[in-house]
Amino acid sequence: MSALRAASYPGRTVIVSGLASDAHTWNLVYLQLLIEELGHDVVNLGPCVPADLLVASCDRHRPALVVLSSVNGHGYQEGLELIRTLRGTGLRDLPVVIGGQLGTRGGLSGRHIDDLLDAGFDAVFDDHADSTVLFRRFVAELAEGAPRALR
Amino acid sequence: MHFGEFVRRRHAAGALVVQPRMGFADPALMRAGLVATRGAAATTVGTITLDSFTRLGDPASATRALREGTELNGYPILSHALSATRRVLAGVHDGEFPVQVRHGSARPQDITRATVAAGLHATEGGPVSYCLPYGRTPLTEAVRNWRECCELLLGAAGEPHLETFGGCMMGQLCPPSQLVAISVLEAMFFQRHGIRSVSVSYAQQTHPAQDREAVAALRRLCAELLLGTDWHVVIYAYMGRFPRTADGARNLLARAAELAVSTGAQRLIVKTVAEAERIPTIAENVAALEHAAAAADRAFGTLAAGTLAGGIGAAEPDGGQVYREARALVDAVLDCAPDIGNALVRAFARGLLDIPYCLHPANAGRARGRLDADGRLGWADIGALPLAGVVGEIRGRTVSSSSFLSSLSYVRDTYDTAALTTGTLPALSAGHLVQTAERGDEHD
Ligand code: B12
Repeated sequence: MSALRAASYPGRTVIVSGLASDAHTWNLVYLQLLIEELGHDVVNLGPCVPADLLVASCDRHRPALVVLSSVNGHGYQEGLELIRTLRGTGLRDLPVVIGGQLGTRGGLSGRHIDDLLDAGFDAVFDDHADSTVLFRRFVAELAEGAPRALR
Repeated sequence: MHFGEFVRRRHAAGALVVQPRMGFADPALMRAGLVATRGAAATTVGTITLDSFTRLGDPASATRALREGTELNGYPILSHALSATRRVLAGVHDGEFPVQVRHGSARPQDITRATVAAGLHATEGGPVSYCLPYGRTPLTEAVRNWRECCELLLGAAGEPHLETFGGCMMGQLCPPSQLVAISVLEAMFFQRHGIRSVSVSYAQQTHPAQDREAVAALRRLCAELLLGTDWHVVIYAYMGRFPRTADGARNLLARAAELAVSTGAQRLIVKTVAEAERIPTIAENVAALEHAAAAADRAFGTLAAGTLAGGIGAAEPDGGQVYREARALVDAVLDCAPDIGNALVRAFARGLLDIPYCLHPANAGRARGRLDADGRLGWADIGALPLAGVVGEIRGRTVSSSSFLSSLSYVRDTYDTAALTTGTLPALSAGHLVQTAERGDEHD
C-alpha cells in the first residue's frame, strides 16, 4: 500500500494546513520549519482552510503528504468530516495525518483516535510528549516508501 | 452601571477588576460559570467567550456539535435561541455584574446583533486584531465589518463598550511597541465611529520591566490621542505557550496582576492552570480569579504609592524606547489616510505595520521579533517598519524549528523551571483526581 502511495504521489512537497474553524498558526509555522528540515518543500495553506481549498491544493501540488494541525479543540469533529470528504473525492491513496490538541478535555480517548484512523487518517498525533518524535519517524519512513500506521 | 463605568468606579475604590476567558457550549453550564464568576472572592466582570465555528460564520457546525454532544470551545450564541441566552443572563447580569462577549470574528455583524438582542453592550475586537490573527478574511472587508459593528452597537439601547484586542496580536514574539501602537489605533478607530467608552489592551510579554514601560507608553499615547473618550487599560495574562506546572501557571498569573497594579491598569483577564492543555473548568476559572485578586491586593499594599501610576519609561522625558517606537508607528499609520480604517489597510500594504510570523495575506511578513539574553523582546528584522533610526541594534539570526520552539517556550520554561526548583510543586496526582471528578459533574 505504501509503495503504491509513493508511486501515486512521488513529489517531495508536503502540504501543511489548519482546519476550517482553527485560527492558530504558530503550530503551522513550527511544522513547516520542521518538515523543511526533513528535506521537503512545504506549502503552508495557513489557518481556517475550507475543504475545497485543501482539495484544490492537493490537485495542484500533488503532495507526498498532507499534515493537518488543529489545536483549538474542534479537531476531532472537523478532522472526521474532512478526512471523509478527502477520501470521498478520489484522494484515497494520499497519505494524510492529523495532530495537535484535538479535543477540549485534554488528550483524546483511544476510541476517538480509532474513529479518526477508521475514517481514513494514516496517523493521529494527539498532543503528547513523543508526538513530534513519532511524526519525524513517520515522515522519514514515508520518504523511504514504507510508513507504518502510527498513532 | 455600564461596563466602562463599573470598571472605573471599582478601580477608583481600590480594586483591580478581574475577568475570566470563559465559554461553555451548554447554556446551563454557561450560566453556572457566570454565577460562579460573580460569586468569586474578587471584583469581577463576566465573560461569554464564543466557540470558533460561530466565530468563523459556520453556526451550522456548532448546532451539529450541540446535537451530537461533541464539545465546543465556547458558547455558540447563534445556535442557541435568544430566549436561551436571555435565561443564561437573567438575574446574573446587571449593573453590579456587567458581562462582556468575546469572540474573535472578522465578520462580527450577526454576533453583534445577537449580543445586543440579549441585552449586552460590552464586547471586544477590532478591524486588525480580530482579523490578522483569526483566519483569512481580507483586511479591507474586516474594516468594513467593524465599522458596521460600531453602528450596530450604537443603534442599540445602552452605552456600548468596546475593548481592542490589539495588545495581543498573535500572543507572542511581537515587540511591545507594535502591540501598543495597534491597541491605540484600534481604540481611535472605535472613537471615530462613535463609541464613547473603550478599553485598550496589553498582553504580558517576556520581561516585566519592559512590560511596565509598554503600559506606560500605552497610557501616555491614549492621554494624547483619545481625548473626550472614556478609556481604561486591560492587561491580559500571558497569551503565549503557558507553563504546564500549576505553580508555574499561577506565578505567571500573579506577575500579570502585579503588572496591572503597578501600571495603574484597571482590569486583568486571567488564565488558568489548564491553559497549556485544555478548556478550563468553572472551578479552575474561579481559582484563577481569586489568585489574581489576592496577588493584586498584595501589590496594592506593598507598592509605594508613587510608583503606582507609571512604569520605567514614564520618567524619561521622551517617554522611553517603547513609547518612541510606538509613537513612530502610530504617526506613520495616521499619515497614510484621513480615515483610520483606510489608513490601517494602507499601512499593512506598505509594511508600516508588520506582525512577526503572522501568515495572513494582508501582512507583509518581513518583520521579526527576537528575545534578548535577558528576556527582552526586540527586533530581529524591522522589514519596512518606520523604525529605522528609532530602534538601536537589530540582530537577526537564523531560525530552526527547535530555536523557534524555544523562543515560544521561553516563558513556559522559565516558570516551570522555577516552580520545579523551588520545590513548591502542588500535589499533582491528588489535584488531578479531584479535577477529573469535578469535570465529570460539570459536564453531566
Ligand atoms: C497563542 C494562542 C492563541 C492565539 C493564536 C494566534 C495565532 N494566529 O496563532 C490567539 C490569542 C489568537 C488564540 C485564539 C484562540 N484560542 Co488559543 N491558544 C494560544 C496558546 C496560548 C499558545 C499556542 C501556541 O503558541 N502554540 C505554539 C505551537 C508551536 O505549539 P502547540 O500549538 O502547542 O503545538 C505543539 C503540539 O501540539 C504539536 N502539534 C500541533 N499540531 C500538530 C500536528 C502534527 C501532525 C504533529 C505531529 C504535532 C502537532 O507540535 C507543537 C510543538 O510541540 C494556547 C495555549 C498554550 N499552548 O499554552 C491556546 C489554546 C490553543 N487556544 C485555545 C482556544 C480555545 C482558542 C480560542 C478558540 C479562544 C477560546 N475559546 O479560548 C481562539 C481560537 C479561535 C479559532 N478560530 O480557532 C485552547 C484550545 C483548547 C483545547 N484544545 O481544548 C488553548 C489550548 C488554550 C486553552 N486552554 O483554552 N489562541
